[in-house]
Amino acid sequence: MEPLLRMSLIRKKFPGVQALDDAGLEVLPGEIHALLGENGAGKSTLIKILAGAQQPDSGTIEFGGERVVMVSPHDAQRRGIATIYQEFTLAPNMTIAENVFIGREPGAGFFVDWGKMASETRSITKRLGLQLQPMAIVRDLSVAEQQMVEIARALSMKSRLIVMDEPTSALSSAEVEKLFRIARELKAHGLSIIFVTHRLEEVMQICDRYTVLRDGRLVGSGAIADITIDGIIRLMVGREVKALFAHQQREITGDVVLRVEGLNRRGNAQDQNATVLADVGFEVRRGEILGVAGLVGAGRTEMARAVFGADAFDSGHVIIEGRQIHIRSPKDAIHHGIGLVPEDRKQQALFLALAVRMNLSMAAHRQILRWGVFIDETAERAMVEEFRQKLNIRMASPEQLIASLSGGNQQKVTLARWLALRPKVLIVDEPTRGIDIGAKVEVHNLLFEMAQTGIAVIAISSELPEILAVSDRIITMREGTVTGQIKREDATEEILMSMMTLTVKNTERNHGNID
Amino acid sequence: METLTEHSHSGAQPRKRPDIFGFLARFAPLVFLIVLMAGFASFEPRFLTPLNLFNILRQVSIYGLLAVGMTFVILTAGIDLSIGSLVAFAGLAAAAVSKGGLSNRFNVGAGEEAASYGWYLAALAAIGVGVVGGFLQGFAITRLKVPPFVVTLGGMSAWRGAALLFAAGGPISGFEPNFVWIGQGRIFDQVPVPVVIFLAFAILAHVVLRYTRYGRQIYAVGGNPEAARLSGLNVRAVTTSVYVIMGFFAGLGAFVLDARLNSAEAVAGTGYELTVIASVVIGGTSLFGGVGTIFGTVIGTILIGVLLNGLVLMNVSSYVQQIIIGIIIVLAVAFDTFAKSRRRVG
Repeated sequence: MEPLLRMSLIRKKFPGVQALDDAGLEVLPGEIHALLGENGAGKSTLIKILAGAQQPDSGTIEFGGERVVMVSPHDAQRRGIATIYQEFTLAPNMTIAENVFIGREPGAGFFVDWGKMASETRSITKRLGLQLQPMAIVRDLSVAEQQMVEIARALSMKSRLIVMDEPTSALSSAEVEKLFRIARELKAHGLSIIFVTHRLEEVMQICDRYTVLRDGRLVGSGAIADITIDGIIRLMVGREVKALFAHQQREITGDVVLRVEGLNRRGNAQDQNATVLADVGFEVRRGEILGVAGLVGAGRTEMARAVFGADAFDSGHVIIEGRQIHIRSPKDAIHHGIGLVPEDRKQQALFLALAVRMNLSMAAHRQILRWGVFIDETAERAMVEEFRQKLNIRMASPEQLIASLSGGNQQKVTLARWLALRPKVLIVDEPTRGIDIGAKVEVHNLLFEMAQTGIAVIAISSELPEILAVSDRIITMREGTVTGQIKREDATEEILMSMMTLTVKNTERNHGNID
Repeated sequence: METLTEHSHSGAQPRKRPDIFGFLARFAPLVFLIVLMAGFASFEPRFLTPLNLFNILRQVSIYGLLAVGMTFVILTAGIDLSIGSLVAFAGLAAAAVSKGGLSNRFNVGAGEEAASYGWYLAALAAIGVGVVGGFLQGFAITRLKVPPFVVTLGGMSAWRGAALLFAAGGPISGFEPNFVWIGQGRIFDQVPVPVVIFLAFAILAHVVLRYTRYGRQIYAVGGNPEAARLSGLNVRAVTTSVYVIMGFFAGLGAFVLDARLNSAEAVAGTGYELTVIASVVIGGTSLFGGVGTIFGTVIGTILIGVLLNGLVLMNVSSYVQQIIIGIIIVLAVAFDTFAKSRRRVG
């Protein structure tokens, strides 16, 4: 079969980095194609070139049998290539219909034909099997629904190829199923889809063929039916990863360090009566890793932020080593020995304009002060060197901008920021999000080492294999409440999934008898 | 774990190659300054005489003091539009104290025969007004959560009104000789006193920003306030403090301005905010926060001073000068936006 898309010998250089080095990609008509590779392998650059957002230094692109040069995103869309990025490009304050037809509103001259726009939007969303009101405001939609609006927009443009960058990373498993159903539907209609993803289980489930990039090169391509997950991982990392997600069973005998009782919080930015946390309680011991599992929106991050003082809560107790403490800000929490590695590294943890050295020491200035006001840079460099060795942080120099490190090394610097404080409790929220497989294993090992030194670790993760790999004990959350706890050795993905999706029987909770 | 240390391709990408763009971004103001000075010197030989160069420095020293304070504010991604008005108000306060209090403020005559509380109390009054004014604005920004642009736009109007009210129509002039010396005197008959004050405080500010914990916190709060808060920093206190520091420099600048003019009036300082913000931005401090140095601000201040001085020597009208300043601000910010996008890609 003649491929719909053939990119060959694509090269692209950024200052100091050869992002793509003879990369290639072939997509057949009517297939779902997985574009795989570790972070920094060049996937994003390749799809940006395909979307017309960046120009290759050399190489050719053939689409629908003819040689093309995409000069702009608009040009690529016109030719039938739609790209849905991880960060959506919707206008949040406009309606679904306006977003679907943005820039191409139907109507005569200056005026917009709202009726036509709404009815066409409705027919497209119906085709997707969705029940979305064309006049609903995009801001009020869930992430999954916004993604559907993006897909509807791609369809309205008569796209022949839809590129989706990490489409499932923010979705619950039910929503993922729905997305896959729609993807298969589109495939049946002859459209091709490129999935860029880290989730290999999903690749095996939905994709027909795969392409793996490593260090900007094409290292493998073929049919999914002919390869295993381990085979793909080997291609991605270039060698065997034996230790991948191996669990180490340990006996936990330490005292309880942190106990949380009856944590309640109502109201979020959208809805001031929403139940965010309802009677959350748990405890964690010295040297223990407590896994927190739950679907997106289950309240895991909210629980972590409440304990850390980042968000206020209405009632509840946080008890450290038997003493109830009052936490009104992260500063208080840090003072009592609690640390938090937040879920969104770039937005919540990193100072992108500062060097690695400044990023690493940010929470521990007290330890490197001279005369109470000056930062002792010699001591600071020694601190950075200590953690560079301990955590195997790969960097050229402590004066390097943090932005120039890979995601895995950035995450290690964030971990080091807290380890420098010798915390009693460290909460890690999605500790391996957006980092490549090799670095994931390293971060897991660091969590084990931290636990071995007596830190009580709370690990929040949306990836069940990760939860099962790192935890000694697991609690599950749903709708802001803890739905159960289980020892690691008794847990499987299936058991956890059912605990996470348990219906909360007590519906009274939503009618105001919290306290 | 040991085997993973060989895992090379996910490691850092060391950038050994000289980053020409980074170098330019850092030293562009200095290069531009040298080129500009060479250009003016070839058009007008008088430009390079020590007398003229010291005059330029003296002219910029008050802008420079304000720009040092403004650097703190802009590093936190804030802005202060009120400084011109605050300078007028603080300057009148210093003048009134120097003249021996409110009731004596319009007395004619200077020196021993006139009542006076001395220059140091005048300085204290100006700085006091500046610090209190700055604190009020910082409080409104952090506690009432009004954006800095709006708070200081309000301040711009309010302080000017306060100054007009206080001055009751007339200038306050004729201070004691020690006070006047601070604005008009020269050390070793060469270096103007305001230049010494400007450079001394610039060095102090550089040390604070570069070497202290507090300086580090300012860069952190400006670069990523949420990450700063989650690292245990008191973001509100840091943010408030930069407006207090700006107020301090507004007071100090007002005091030196009084001394130089031997007079204070309610319309003093009009339009200063624009020149000062331009100096800071040209010096490479990012309006997005978290990036910038005092060294850059000093160069930026001198650059603007040289530009204006050169234009005067070339008989370019002051109206045209305003147009040029406006264009320069826009270009400097355009450059900064471009540099920011480069930082992301890199």
